[in-house]
Amino acid sequence: MYPSRFHYEAPRSLDEAFGVLQAYGDEAKILAGGQSLIPLIKLRFAAPACIVDINNIPGLDFHEEDSDGSLNIGALCRHRTLERSPLLRSKYPTMSATAPLIADPMVRNRGTLVGSVCHADPQGDWASVMLAMGGEIIARRADGSERAIPVSQFVVGPFQNALAQGEIAVRARVPAARGTRTGTYLKLERRVGDFATVGLAVALEVSGGTINRAGLALTGVGPNNIQCTAAEQSLAGKSLNASTIEQAARLAAEAAQPKTDVRGSAEYKRHVVYTFVTRALSNRQASAA
Amino acid sequence: MAQALDEIKIGGLGSSRKRVEDDRFLRGKGNYTDDFKLPGMVHMEILRSPLAHARIKSIDTSKAWQIPGVHMVLTGEMAAQHNLAWMPTLSYDTQAVLATDKVRFQGQEIACVCADDPYIAKDGCEAIVVEYEPLPPIVNPWQSQAEGAPIIRDDKEGQTDNICYRWEVGDREGTERAFAQADLVSKLELHYPRSHPSPIECCGSIADYNSATAKLTVYMTTQAPHIIRAAVAIVAELPEHMIRIISPDIGGGFGNKVPVYPGYVCSILCSILLARPVKWIEDKTGNLISTHYARDIYYKGELALRKDGKILAVRFHCDSDNGAFFSDAQPTKFKIGLIHSAFAAYDIPYGYMTAQGAYTNKAPGGVAYRCSFRVTEAMFFQERAIQAAASDLGMDQAAFRRLNLVKDDQFPFRTPYGFLLDSGQFHKCLDVALNAIGYDDFLREKEAARAQGRRLGIGISTMTEPLGAGNSREYDILGIKMFDAAELRVHPSGKAILKIGSQTQGQGHETTFAQIVTHELGIPAADILVQHGDTDNTPFGMGTYASRSTPVAGAATAMVARKVRAKARKLAAHLLEVSEEDVEWELGRFHVRGAPSNGVSIQECAMAAYGNMPDGMEPGLENNAYYDPPNMTWPFAAYIVTVEVDPETGVWDVLRMVAVDDCGVRINPMIVEGQIMGGMTEAYAMANMQFITYDAEGNCVGSNYMDYLLPTAWETPGFELHEVVTPSPHHPIGAKGIGECAAVGGPAAFVNAVMNAVDDTGVRNIDMPLLPDRVWEAMKYKRDVSGAPPVKSDS
Repeated sequence: MYPSRFHYEAPRSLDEAFGVLQAYGDEAKILAGGQSLIPLIKLRFAAPACIVDINNIPGLDFHEEDSDGSLNIGALCRHRTLERSPLLRSKYPTMSATAPLIADPMVRNRGTLVGSVCHADPQGDWASVMLAMGGEIIARRADGSERAIPVSQFVVGPFQNALAQGEIAVRARVPAARGTRTGTYLKLERRVGDFATVGLAVALEVSGGTINRAGLALTGVGPNNIQCTAAEQSLAGKSLNASTIEQAARLAAEAAQPKTDVRGSAEYKRHVVYTFVTRALSNRQASAA
Repeated sequence: MAQALDEIKIGGLGSSRKRVEDDRFLRGKGNYTDDFKLPGMVHMEILRSPLAHARIKSIDTSKAWQIPGVHMVLTGEMAAQHNLAWMPTLSYDTQAVLATDKVRFQGQEIACVCADDPYIAKDGCEAIVVEYEPLPPIVNPWQSQAEGAPIIRDDKEGQTDNICYRWEVGDREGTERAFAQADLVSKLELHYPRSHPSPIECCGSIADYNSATAKLTVYMTTQAPHIIRAAVAIVAELPEHMIRIISPDIGGGFGNKVPVYPGYVCSILCSILLARPVKWIEDKTGNLISTHYARDIYYKGELALRKDGKILAVRFHCDSDNGAFFSDAQPTKFKIGLIHSAFAAYDIPYGYMTAQGAYTNKAPGGVAYRCSFRVTEAMFFQERAIQAAASDLGMDQAAFRRLNLVKDDQFPFRTPYGFLLDSGQFHKCLDVALNAIGYDDFLREKEAARAQGRRLGIGISTMTEPLGAGNSREYDILGIKMFDAAELRVHPSGKAILKIGSQTQGQGHETTFAQIVTHELGIPAADILVQHGDTDNTPFGMGTYASRSTPVAGAATAMVARKVRAKARKLAAHLLEVSEEDVEWELGRFHVRGAPSNGVSIQECAMAAYGNMPDGMEPGLENNAYYDPPNMTWPFAAYIVTVEVDPETGVWDVLRMVAVDDCGVRINPMIVEGQIMGGMTEAYAMANMQFITYDAEGNCVGSNYMDYLLPTAWETPGFELHEVVTPSPHHPIGAKGIGECAAVGGPAAFVNAVMNAVDDTGVRNIDMPLLPDRVWEAMKYKRDVSGAPPVKSDS
């Protein structure tokens, strides 16, 4: 790979990193896992003046539950860690189902959840999961102050996020569940490692057979990851049965904005959304009962 | 009495000895072109056209020249001063080295920059300003033949259309008569999509012109170093003896590394102009968008059938999309390779075919991707047409094949297109495959599953193909006949060096060619070093492609070993103090007739050749041999695939895949099986996911590994391998080609299986790749899905 010339900084603390960001302004680009940024600079589609490698900053490689029951995922937490996490396996079925479907093992060894959401690729899987779970990105400023940005507002367009200049996304946060989490991630891909032709994140919070909160989000079928708000509302307060499942599947298919391309026709992708929602909820029905 | 040698133990014929190449590859000790660093070497990068079709108004290189570290900015205009702006192709067309007048496909070479390192060279390319006047792009044969289509090759005098060749073969009248008598005519139209051989190592070269000695040495990623030397001599007008082509370790070829590419020529010219070594290493996108593609053929054909299932005649037409330059690497007398080998496995009295090639604004080609000059294209159409014909007749797929396959007592068998099959047990192979898959049981299982709404399918592909070009009566490239040579020298201690003119790219020649010598001489394979790939130090050969190495260079190897053995016999007679007629050969040893304990080993003969030869005998134990094959070799394969198709999503999974290959005598069974698995993986890829297409503007879709899909271990199914052995009657050890059979015959087995799973829908064809959405569309609308997948948004 022969990228354009760039300056490389590897700060050892967040304070140092903020200093570099200040010096380079919007010419600086943060490198965490690098699995999106490096291909871009390799192809010379991106030519940042400075790459700020945050891999030497301690305290960012974690995922843990807070005392309030929320889950926090640090900016250097790799897909691979999430794939193998006992915590996720026991309590976060949607995330646990997603992690092994991210790209391929080499990408999962390096890439990060926070970096993936920041990259805001409409075909990124994690942003759909975060949408379905009501997740947030925590942005930190040089003065140490932080703000929480719901992922629904964080991804503002294809490859565009809501970070202001001088902010660093330090972690993602998933709020505590109301009830038991059930859910899954289904992904149709042409080959392992491919981006999704259609991806579906389903995250339900259930108690006593009643859905307290429903999260459904789609990957690869629109200019951004799509939150299926109508389908979510149709399920809230209900229990899963053939008719609520059918209604949610129909509403989710309507929410999709697919385009015809090499991965399939718009009609086909919409049909797969319908099929996936039906399958995902039917399976959950079985396991929740 | 000496213990007889165990041929398997010493690594002879039939021994699955481990590949000697693997030690260096697995330890990172291989030497690929990019691993060589020569003193004073500069790095070359190529500027490629972003447009598919445009007139070049101006090229301004001044900013590139100003970048520190840039040594050369070469344009077509400069190359033209050395008569190198254009070069001849292996199909007797011309190809631009660097564009001067127009660009004719996206990715075409416009200029190159040599610099101290590749980063600077790339910066230099970015600093070149090219002004274009866009022209309408043509991306398929129909557009190229439309009224008022722009002439792509306006550089060629007298070219008034976009046709690059027309070709026909067979008996037109006889075929027409047979069709007139048919009870039923089964028709099929389909498209074999464009794909790319895509070796993991891209193309590259290091040209090192020594201005003092006038010797040009080129390290090059080529499958055919000797023919490349001849081509360089012709293209660059250099004396052939002052050109040395070194083809070091090659990271896969698959046909992609047969042709001469502009990058090679530019590195040579830059080295001559700079009097320094110039290294060019292509990047992945450059490889995928500019080097030779494969396939991209539209077929229209029909079979004349009798009610009882007998095939009376076949005729078909091919429209090939050849891109901007007609540069197939193929023998001189053919225009669309050996595509007329289609239907060779079937006893069909009459056949006729026509073909026409179209220039389009796409990358040039097409090369034979893991096949013998477009036989993949031939066998795919054949097996799809055979399945359609059986369906049209309402006959069982296996029974229809059994009725029409050439029978054992019909050899030698002349096909309607003129090939001569010399051997095979086609029916036995089919039976082994049907038995292995449990054919009748599966058909019952399929019916039961259908009743539950599940879709199972079974697909058969049976084919023979001509491998090992070829006899000198018919086959030449650039006027040079397609034989191969081998040189063998046995040293005093009985260790040997074998030099061959073919060039391994992963096939394991260093392992298997030694085994042939072991079989002939009884010298342990571990005592034989195989050398290849350096034109100064190896005998002439046409290269490794078209599964020709074992059939041709392998035969030359056996023949040279026999010549050496003949001399060793004289030495043995001398040592044993008997006449030559009284010496008998056993593996690795001569003994006195009637007295087996009185003998000498081949190693003792070797020592005598240097230290104790009889009076008047020339010293040494070495020889060379050229093998001009009297015919191709004709391997046969029966492949059967079972699948389950998800009715809701169109996703299909392979349940089982059975491969029965008859490649004659197997030299190294493990390597043969590896070749079959590799070929079958590519067959699966072509059926399932792998294609290159172009949008309406001529942008290549498939220019990197995110878009051009190679299957991984995750989705590649397992393969169950079986063998039948019918030795080649002309090959000295009875071997036939095998490297490509699975890639050639495999795709139709997968496609036929999916078609079988939807056989209640009336759908006749789904073009490859069988992506889930295409299968779903066919099932939902009960209609054929044809052509390349769409690339443009519909909203």
